[in-house]
Amino acid sequence: MSLSRMDLGDLTPSDPSRRLGLLARVHLDLPLLVGLLLLCAYGLVVLYSASGQNMAQVERQLLRFLIAFGVMAGIAQIPPAQLFRWTPWLYLGGTLMLVAVLLFGDVGKGAQRWLNLGFVRFQPSELVKLAVPMMIAWYLADKPLPPNWGRLGLAAALIVVPVLLIAKQPDLGTAVLVASAGIFVLFLAGISWRLIFGLLAAAGAAAPVLWYLMRDYQKQRVLTFLDPEKDPLGAGYHIIQSKIAIGSGGLWGKGWLNGTQSQLDFLPERHTDFIFAVLSEEFGLVGVSLLLALNLFIILRGLYIASRAQDTYGRLLAGALTLVFFVYLFVNVGMVSGLLPVVGVPLPLVSYGGTSLVTLMAGFGILMSIHTHRKLLPR
Amino acid sequence: MQIKDHIQEEQGFLNRAIIAALLVILALLLLIARMAQLQIVEHEHFTTLSKDNRLKLVPLPPTRGLIYDRNGVLLAQNRPAYSLELVPEKVKDIPATLKRLRRYVPISDDDLERFSRLRRRKRRFDSVPIRVKLSLEEAARFAVVRHLFPGIDIKAQLLRHYPYPEATSHVLGYVGRISKRDLQQIDTSNYAGTSYIGKTGVEKAYEAVLHGKVGVQQVEVNSVGRVVRVLEQTPPTPGEDLHLTLDINLQRIALEALGEHNGAVVALDPRTGGVLVLASKPGYDPNQFVEGISRADYRALQQDPNRPLYDRALRGQYPPGSTIKPFIGLGGLETGTIRYDTTLYCPGYYQLPGHEHKYRDWKKTGHGPMDLDSAITQSCDVFYYKLAHDMGIDAMSGFLDQFGFGRRTGIDLNGESRGILPSRAWKRRTRHQPWYPGETIIAGIGQGYFLTTPLQLATATAAIANNGRLPRPRVVNYLETRGEHRSSPIPPHFQQISIRRQADWDDVRRAMEHVVQGMRGTARRIRTPYYTIAGKTGTAQVFSVGQEEKYDAEHVSKKNRDHALFIAYAPADDPQIAIAVVVENGGHGGSAAAPVARKVMDAWLLPRLLGGPSHKEGAS
Repeated sequence: MSLSRMDLGDLTPSDPSRRLGLLARVHLDLPLLVGLLLLCAYGLVVLYSASGQNMAQVERQLLRFLIAFGVMAGIAQIPPAQLFRWTPWLYLGGTLMLVAVLLFGDVGKGAQRWLNLGFVRFQPSELVKLAVPMMIAWYLADKPLPPNWGRLGLAAALIVVPVLLIAKQPDLGTAVLVASAGIFVLFLAGISWRLIFGLLAAAGAAAPVLWYLMRDYQKQRVLTFLDPEKDPLGAGYHIIQSKIAIGSGGLWGKGWLNGTQSQLDFLPERHTDFIFAVLSEEFGLVGVSLLLALNLFIILRGLYIASRAQDTYGRLLAGALTLVFFVYLFVNVGMVSGLLPVVGVPLPLVSYGGTSLVTLMAGFGILMSIHTHRKLLPR
Repeated sequence: MQIKDHIQEEQGFLNRAIIAALLVILALLLLIARMAQLQIVEHEHFTTLSKDNRLKLVPLPPTRGLIYDRNGVLLAQNRPAYSLELVPEKVKDIPATLKRLRRYVPISDDDLERFSRLRRRKRRFDSVPIRVKLSLEEAARFAVVRHLFPGIDIKAQLLRHYPYPEATSHVLGYVGRISKRDLQQIDTSNYAGTSYIGKTGVEKAYEAVLHGKVGVQQVEVNSVGRVVRVLEQTPPTPGEDLHLTLDINLQRIALEALGEHNGAVVALDPRTGGVLVLASKPGYDPNQFVEGISRADYRALQQDPNRPLYDRALRGQYPPGSTIKPFIGLGGLETGTIRYDTTLYCPGYYQLPGHEHKYRDWKKTGHGPMDLDSAITQSCDVFYYKLAHDMGIDAMSGFLDQFGFGRRTGIDLNGESRGILPSRAWKRRTRHQPWYPGETIIAGIGQGYFLTTPLQLATATAAIANNGRLPRPRVVNYLETRGEHRSSPIPPHFQQISIRRQADWDDVRRAMEHVVQGMRGTARRIRTPYYTIAGKTGTAQVFSVGQEEKYDAEHVSKKNRDHALFIAYAPADDPQIAIAVVVENGGHGGSAAAPVARKVMDAWLLPRLLGGPSHKEGAS
């Protein structure tokens, strides 16, 4: 094994703080942190315009950022081994709470998503976003990879149960995110390409069944995606207005605070799910490229951290969490630009709102924990 | 059983991570490509859509021109008024909303009926008036509860108002809401934002100049259509003000002089053709039409036996009766049928040679020996029976045609009637019947098929006053825009009636003077020491009297009593006013119609002839 190739001299204990610097001592990863901070700052600038220059709203978002970074830093302190031990309980608890949501949950915007714990309203699906990839990674951690068919089946079951519970709320966007988190773990675990393409084909074949299971408003969203001009004042309005905002932005944009689509209210949900359209209108293709570049940096850093992880659990989890972050980005931009149907997925770290922000930052906390708790073994 | 191979697994993971990174980059490139498609390739298209979204053109309706009389008295003005309007698209349950609204603002059943009528004509997003002319108090009361009534709002606008409603209803006409039929006849873009259009009278005839030109404002709006700012604007060109030749003071005197009779008075200045009086009685209140008349009120106006909507001055067609005699007499001289001194004995009736039928004179005992002058002065029928017979209908109507009988005068108003100047050709054309000799006889005293409008009579009278210069009458004197005068699009115009001997004019005019000034003149009781009047009385039969019966005014119901007519001009030596009066069922021209003319002429001439402060009374 690898130990046989080690140079004994390297086993000398060393002071981590001397070798890794101040940030590593508090278990933070400098490049990732800088990337996240830049993205948040960019987001606040756009939010100021998208909110109609509402400074109070910007301040509230800033407060959320502080809380979210606090959560991230807190989680980064927990050693991966500890997270590993908690994983089955988190998963079990999250799934039970999803059941509870369906039974006693609060209704908001036509869907049951919230669980009122008396002192705080809580969205269990957010916890599950983290718990599912953790669980799959936990399950596969001590097994030979790629997993055999039996284990693959069990892992699939572990993914499907919470996904169905979330889809039943109904919350299609979160269901997609949770499912993709689990599938990314399997992908990174090395399942065969034949299986991947087979699953894609099966998904295509299952689309009609899915259509049958969808609620009316979900069907409407898909229809609207396929032909937004059919109902320009109703369901198609969002996507038409957002395409106008993006397209009229051009290469350089109309300038900060000067987007007519955004400032004159033509763009709906402009400070939440459709904030990307505001950014595109005011900062143009150049601003969009900057945003995507920042995101790409964060994703690549996440994948790098995953590849440097020292055990299977850390590798799979870090990689999957990073890729989920990418899915957020891709689905949101795709939806706002008319490439994908409208599902309620925010633009990570830019859209106004706190729920998904905390989950995302918690995920980055896990990444930092994995990266900074590595044992200093020479390679 | 498999065992874990950490090295291989690490390598496998690295492979997958690299593939994932590549897929991520690929996906982001796809997004960039999509953005480039929207922001570069289709940029122009979306820029257009974005502008369409935020830029709106708002029409700025012009202010309608005002109408003044010849002395600057305002006859049609624009008054600010509040109306309560509803946009059907924005109100879910309209009946329930109106019911609720009634608690705050009184809404009559008439209002509701008009509302539902107007609503049918409009598009869903057009606002429809519920109430017009809200009082300030009502407007204030609604303003307080406005938030309870989305889709209903108070609209301030200028509403046409006619301060002399009854006196000017026919000549000015009125404006009303633009109808579907109006829309086909106008340039709709110039009427964007305007809801009223001239329907009758001067308001209709001069619609083009009164309306003005619509302006436009380019505004930036937000998603709910609220104007955020004005980007640029072309102000509207207000309509031009009209200054009429009409004298409202004279007009009112004329209407008052008609007393309780229906009828018409037309007076014009023979020197210019400018109409001083164009009065038809009864009138109506045109302001009702501006506010939107209720169906019941409109039906009442339509079914009124006095026909108040009927403009007698312009459209009323009456047999001219004896007022035609000066014209036919002149025709007799011109055609050589008679000479000035041709004398005939009037036994009180006339018989066609070889016929039994007696055409009676109005004076049963006969006038005795008659020449042209005395036949006009005393209005002898027998003299004219013979003259007409000798002239023949075609020569007679050919001559009378020059005075404009049977033709429109060409006044600058719509809807004028032609009247009927009977002739063989006319009868063949319209009735497909031959002409009978007896019809010529009664045409000689302005009866039978002969029909004239009061306006035609006044114009023809002006021609006599002018030695044959027949004016084209007009009511608009000049236009005014911001203090600058512009002459009327219809300038004064005359047509010369040519006759061989100028002296014939003087002979006929002298005879007309004798009608008033002569001891036996039929209108001698309106004689005045201040100026000389030349005129001619007339009586138009409404009711046919049988061959041997005697017409007895007392025993004929008022409705069938004769119409009294009078034409005149004055002063005889320097005519400044020509007038025609028709008093429906008034009886004799000399007693019923002539005094009306006298009052109008007094009001026009006395201040001018005698001077004095009352000259300008109309301007006060």
